[in-house]
Amino acid sequence: MQPVFRIAAVMGALALPAFGEPVTEFALDNGLKIVVIEDHRAPVVTQMVWYKTGRADEPAGQSGIAHFFEHLMFKGTDTVEAGAFSAIVAANGGQDNAFTSDDYTAYFQRVPADQLGEMMRLEADRMANLNLSPENVATELQVILEERGQRVDSDPSALFREQMSAAQYLNHPYGLPVIGWLHEMQQLNRDKALDFYARHYAPNNAVLVVAGDVDPAAVRDLAQIHYGPLAPSETLPPRLRPSEPPQLAARRLTMADARVAQPYIMRSYLAPERNAGDQKQAAAITILAEVLGGSGTTSVLSRALQFDSQIAVYSGAGYDGVAVDPTTFSLIVVPSAGVSLADAEKALDETLAKFMQTGVDPADLARIKTQVRAAEIYARDDAGDLARSYGAALAVGLTVQDVQDWPAVLDAVTAEDVMAAARAVLIPEQSVTGWLETKASP
Amino acid sequence: MIRALFITLALLAASPLRAEVSITEVTSPNGIKAWLLEDHTIPFTALNIRFQGGTSLDRAGKRGAVNLMTALIEEGAGDLDAQGFAKARDDLAASFSFRSDADGITVSARFLTENRTQALALLAQALTAPRFDQDAIDRVRGQVLAGIEADAKDPSAIAARLSNAAIYGTHPYGSDDAGTAESVKALTRQDILTAFADAIATDRMVIGAAGDMTAADLGAALDGLLGGLPKTGAPLPAKASPNFQGGITVQDFPGPQSTVLFSQSGMNVNDPDFMAASLVNEIFGGGRFTARLMTELRDKRGLTYGVGTGLASMAYGESMDGSFQASNEKVAEAVDVLRAEWAKLATGDITQAELDAAKTYMVGAYPLRWDGNGAIASILVGMQINGFAIDYPKTRNDLVRALTLDDVNRVARRLLQPDQLQITVVGQPNPTPK
Repeated sequence: MQPVFRIAAVMGALALPAFGEPVTEFALDNGLKIVVIEDHRAPVVTQMVWYKTGRADEPAGQSGIAHFFEHLMFKGTDTVEAGAFSAIVAANGGQDNAFTSDDYTAYFQRVPADQLGEMMRLEADRMANLNLSPENVATELQVILEERGQRVDSDPSALFREQMSAAQYLNHPYGLPVIGWLHEMQQLNRDKALDFYARHYAPNNAVLVVAGDVDPAAVRDLAQIHYGPLAPSETLPPRLRPSEPPQLAARRLTMADARVAQPYIMRSYLAPERNAGDQKQAAAITILAEVLGGSGTTSVLSRALQFDSQIAVYSGAGYDGVAVDPTTFSLIVVPSAGVSLADAEKALDETLAKFMQTGVDPADLARIKTQVRAAEIYARDDAGDLARSYGAALAVGLTVQDVQDWPAVLDAVTAEDVMAAARAVLIPEQSVTGWLETKASP
Repeated sequence: MIRALFITLALLAASPLRAEVSITEVTSPNGIKAWLLEDHTIPFTALNIRFQGGTSLDRAGKRGAVNLMTALIEEGAGDLDAQGFAKARDDLAASFSFRSDADGITVSARFLTENRTQALALLAQALTAPRFDQDAIDRVRGQVLAGIEADAKDPSAIAARLSNAAIYGTHPYGSDDAGTAESVKALTRQDILTAFADAIATDRMVIGAAGDMTAADLGAALDGLLGGLPKTGAPLPAKASPNFQGGITVQDFPGPQSTVLFSQSGMNVNDPDFMAASLVNEIFGGGRFTARLMTELRDKRGLTYGVGTGLASMAYGESMDGSFQASNEKVAEAVDVLRAEWAKLATGDITQAELDAAKTYMVGAYPLRWDGNGAIASILVGMQINGFAIDYPKTRNDLVRALTLDDVNRVARRLLQPDQLQITVVGQPNPTPK
């Protein structure tokens, strides 16, 4: 049975890159880093440009500007009309879009392989020559307000996650939502957008990932033609975000919303991220998430809460170490009908306590390792996914070597490593426990 | 039918092709047929098996039986209980998924070449000897009930339920195929066994495979995998008699936005005008940022984050559907724009430039959908269900290119029925849309 709850989609998953495919890496003189992933099975190419700029790089008081600006990148340049880039992609049967996270903003097109040069021309153009009309900016502000309404304000789980993050981070900007707080979004405008553009959009703050039916030498030539002439920025701000002080108090929050059909508990802990050349602990935490909550049937939480007892209808664990700064390790328990959140939390804590005593079942660890190895094979089926893995990693400061080492680092994790990671991460004082409850309609 | 809209579109729009695509029809020694696209680049295979009928085969008073049964197939088979089955599958690093919808049950499997024999033997166990243990039934029933409860407070699910009930009445398309809390609570193990016998049989089976397997390997494997299934199941469902009466329904629901769902009659995939209708839909509310509704509602007016339409050509009925969300104070204006665009297109006002852009999109998108073994296996199943020839990939783009402006405007006039446009709003729109 697949997880019933949408929140499950953000949990778990090893999300592994693979190194069976040929990967080539180089850079232009202006600082643009380029990664080429070859996949010659279909005459298709994905171009992605990743800017090392995200929510956490925004000026104080302007939450949401990185995402708003992502929308504005589709609004035309000196020579390309608003919407024309997307229209050209569509005219070739392709798809394009963009996304923003805490640490990066990425733009992509998936097109027939012979269109790569044209895509580079257009992407390079909007890196330097954006031309925003006040009318387009005003209309697009309405679009992102609708987007927040649709994705967050209409969804109590999304509102709950915002509250959890805000409670998790005492000082670091990861506590703010990528889409922005509504009252700050309403104050965004063209001047703020243009300031953000001038500060962050430059070839030496970007990574170009090209994946598909391409020859690396030809990619290099095309990139030189289109991106080569762009001047690097000499005023790139360093990525120094306010860091977390010691967290000394476990936090608890309760949110009630009439639209909640299924109450649940989430707990998050501050957790270290993957670092260049130093991914061992993050690998152990990744395996810990799999052991505790990776499989809906055989994980520690599923067995204890859904099989040995009928406390929960769903449980899971999640961790993604691809981040610039310390991230989170999360647990979720959705109680069965008639089970209170208090009883579900008690059962969760007892299960964790027992796990800390008994340790990792060697058969569980072996099974997860088997899947880690197989994931490398399966991952090769989707060049677009590989492009995302490399792009995200490089955008947070990891290297191609780190990405390629990652499966081996995971494979080397021992049962002792997993328990050491559990002791390092599952610290109550660094945690937030949230209850999402329903309430009667007024 | 709105719930399944996007699944159906994926099957229909799935239009191969790799430059030298060559699909093989494979027949096993005992006569089981499958379509295969061999590709030995990566050492795994994706296999897709569809049993037609699906949740529309629920017996009277047993709504939700096929849905619950499908969710239970992986919960233990042969001498393995749910834990044992999951461990065996994960030890092989295989993945199996079992999903039901109103037109069928889809089994999607992915397995490595290095242990293919064991993986297929395990899948065969699940398909031919599922245990349906009482403890598994009760556990998964709890998950299904939680989902039903969640849907009761999900504005999109509420809108789909209201709209489907109004259009399809007592046909299975008219009700939620997960069932109601009451019907699901009443299901017994015998009901699950009956649903399995009704829905899983070789007389309604369609198979697609892609990846690291030769025709000979696949042919030899099919009998072992599926030979143990019964030959016949329950009679397939009857055609629906949809009633698109037009008008607007508003259902109160708290929140800053309303969910708007709209629907009118559609077109069968085998209708000679279907390709032209697909172009009309693409121009109007298709996947491009440049489609008319996206331009009018989002780009020009900032009324919504996104809007789209689709042609749902289901096995037992057709519709043209779409949806968007908008702030409560903007819904009335957005509905006005939607109605105006609907009426405008119904006059057949597509321009040559719009047609040319949509055609190049549809032609160019063709090879791009050919995206990985899993997607291809699913496309091969969709082609067979639609009754397409095995060389359809070679002719499909010519069908698109041959359509003229007269063709698409004639079909726009035939397809678009402003009087039928049935709009369901879930939220607290103010002012009230008309």
